[in-house]
Amino acid sequence: MDLKLLTYIVVGLSFAVYIGIAFWSRAGSTGEFYVAGGGVHPIANGMATGADWMSAASFISMAGLIAFLGYGGSVYLMGWTGGYVLLAMLLAPYLRKYGKFTVPEFIGDRYYSKGARMVAVVCLIFISFTYVAGQMRGVGIVFSRFLEVKITTGLIVGMGVVFVYAVLGGMKGITYTQVAQYVVLIIAYTIPAIFISVQLTGHVLPQLGLGASLTDGGGHLLDRLNTVVTDLGFAAYTSGNKSTIDIFAITMALMIGTAGLPHVIVRFFTVPKVRDARTSAGWALVFIALLYTVAPAVGAMARYNLTTTIQHGAVGQPSSNIVYEQRPDWFKRWEETGLIKFADKNGDGRIQYYNDANPAFAAKAEAFGWKGSELKVDNDIMVLANPEIAGLPDWVIALVAAGAIAAALSTAAGLLLVISSAISHDVFKGALTPNMSEKQELMVGRIAAAVAVGIAGYLGYNPPGFVAQVVAFAFGLAAASLFPAILMGIFSKSVTREGAVTGMLTGLAFTFGYILYFKGIFITPMAKNVPENWLFGISPEGIGTVGAALNFGVTFVVSKLTARPPKEVQDLIENIRLPAGAGSAHSH
Amino acid sequence: MKTHIDSSDKAAIAASYWSASTKLILGCLFVWFVVSYGFGILFVDAMNTISLGGYKLGFWFAQQGSIYVFIALIFFYARRMNAIDRDHGVDEG
Repeated sequence: MDLKLLTYIVVGLSFAVYIGIAFWSRAGSTGEFYVAGGGVHPIANGMATGADWMSAASFISMAGLIAFLGYGGSVYLMGWTGGYVLLAMLLAPYLRKYGKFTVPEFIGDRYYSKGARMVAVVCLIFISFTYVAGQMRGVGIVFSRFLEVKITTGLIVGMGVVFVYAVLGGMKGITYTQVAQYVVLIIAYTIPAIFISVQLTGHVLPQLGLGASLTDGGGHLLDRLNTVVTDLGFAAYTSGNKSTIDIFAITMALMIGTAGLPHVIVRFFTVPKVRDARTSAGWALVFIALLYTVAPAVGAMARYNLTTTIQHGAVGQPSSNIVYEQRPDWFKRWEETGLIKFADKNGDGRIQYYNDANPAFAAKAEAFGWKGSELKVDNDIMVLANPEIAGLPDWVIALVAAGAIAAALSTAAGLLLVISSAISHDVFKGALTPNMSEKQELMVGRIAAAVAVGIAGYLGYNPPGFVAQVVAFAFGLAAASLFPAILMGIFSKSVTREGAVTGMLTGLAFTFGYILYFKGIFITPMAKNVPENWLFGISPEGIGTVGAALNFGVTFVVSKLTARPPKEVQDLIENIRLPAGAGSAHSH
Repeated sequence: MKTHIDSSDKAAIAASYWSASTKLILGCLFVWFVVSYGFGILFVDAMNTISLGGYKLGFWFAQQGSIYVFIALIFFYARRMNAIDRDHGVDEG
C-alpha cells in the first residue's frame, strides 16, 4: 500500500473516532457546553488538558526550535511546563471553588465591574484568536504535505471536523475527543523518538539516550554534538547563544502566560471537586512531560543526524561534504515542500552547511572555497521528517501526520470553546441580553462557536504573521493581562476595580506595543529586532514578564489610592479560599 | 465534637487555614524557582561543571530535571493541601 493511501486511512480513522465521540457526548445544557457538567475524572481531565495544551507548535515546531537553539531551547521546555505549578497552586483550586463558567466572569465578579469583565473578554478573544490562527495553519500544512492537497482544502476539512465536535459537543464533546487525541499524538510523537534513540545510543528511553554515549564509539552524544556543530562555526549545543536575562524573561513570560491562558484555566472548571483540580494539574503535567522530556532528545538527535549527513568527515576536506546528487530520499521529498532548500553557491555539487554569520568561521570557510551556507532548513522538518530520516516504516509516517493533526485540532477546539463561551456567557448573557433562557444561551454559544470556526479558518489561510510570532503574542498578552488580575483577585482582598482595570490595560498596552514595535505584525516594524535595541536586553518573546510586572505595580498603586472593595467581594474572596462547599459549576 | 461554631472561631480557622496554605505554596514555589531559574538559568554555568552521565548538570536541569521536579512538586502540594484541608475541617468530605 502506498504511503499516501495509508496516511488517508490513518487520518480518516482518527477523524471517525473524534466524530463518533462527539455524537456520544454531545452537550444538552449550558453546564455541559461550558464545563462538561463538572463531572470529568481528574486523570481524564489531565489527559484532555495535555491535548488541549500541546498545540501544533509543541508537536511540530518545538523539537526543531530546540535542535537549532540547543540550550536556548530550554525556555520552551521549562516555560511551557513550569506554568502548571503556578496553575495548580495559585489559580486552579480557587477558580474551581468559585465554580462558574468563564474566566471573565470571575474577573467581573471579583472586581465588581462589568467593565473589568469586558476588558477580560477582549484580552481572552485576542489571545485565543492569535493562538488559534497558528493551529489552523498547522492543520493546513500537515494536510498539504502528507495528503498532498492544497492548504485551503486541508483547512476546510479541519474546520469541518472541529465544527462537528466543538459546536455539537461543547466542552463535554471536546474533553472526550481530546482524551482520544492525546493518545494519538503521544504515540505518534514517541515511536519515532524511541527508534532514533535506539539507533544512535542503544537506549529505548530517549530521555536516557540524550545523556548517553553513541553506539559508534564517538563518546557522549551531547559532547559529540557540541564538537560537530562548533566545528562548523555554530554555538555549542549545550550553551546556545541567548543572554541570561533574555532566557530568564522568556521562561517567566511563558510560565505565567501558560497559567493565564483561558483555554487552559477552564479545563480545571470541569472536575468535580477542588482537590481534583489540584491533582488534575499534576496529571496534566505528567501527560505533557511525556512529550516535553522526549522533545529535547528529538531535537538533539535530529540535529546530529542532519549535520553528520551533510558533513560526514573532517571540515575542510572537499570529500567530507555530501554530493547533492547522492542526497537521501527524505531530503528530496522534503525539498518539494520548500522546508529544506539547497543552493549550490560555490558550484562544486556538494552541500556545505555552516554558520556563515560567524565572522571568524566565515574566513576559514572562504579558505576552503565555500561561498556561504548552502542549506536552509525549516525548524518544522525535524519532527515531520524524523521517521523518514530514521528509515521507519510507512505506518509510522502516517501516524505522525495523524498526531500532528490531533495536536492542532485539540488545541483549536479548546480555544474556540473559550471564545464562544466568552461571547455567549459574558457578552450576551452577562451584558446584552441577561434575560435569555438557558436554551437560547446554548444556541448563542453554538452560533458563536460556528462563527469562531469560520474566523479561525480565515486566519489560518491569511495568518497575521509567522506562526511562532503569533504564539509569542498570545503568551505575552496572557502573562501581562489576565494572570496578574486573577492572581491578585484571589490573594489580595485590597485590590480594587480601578486598580485591576488600569493594571490590565497597562500590561496589555505595553506588551502589545513592544511586540508590535519590533515585530510589526500588522504594520512595518519600527526598529530592528536585535538585542542592541531591546529594553534591558529582553526580546519581544520575553517582554510579557515586564508587562506583568507593570500590571502588578500599577494595580498596587491605584488600589492604594481608591476605596477598598465592598463587603460582598471580601466575602467572595473568603469563600473561594476555603474548599468546603464546592458544588458543581453553576450559572447563578 | 463541637456542634456550634461561632463566627469568631470560623474566622480564626479561616485565618489559620490561609496562613498554612500560603506557607506551603511559598515553600513549593521556592523549590520551583531554584530548580528552573536557579539551576537551569542563573547558575547554569556553575552547574555545568558537574556531569550526570553524558549530561552537564545545568543543561539537564534546564531540559529534563526541572520538569520532573515540577511534577513531584504538584503531587506533593496536592497531598499536603488535602491534609491541611482536613486538619482545619474545611475539606469537601
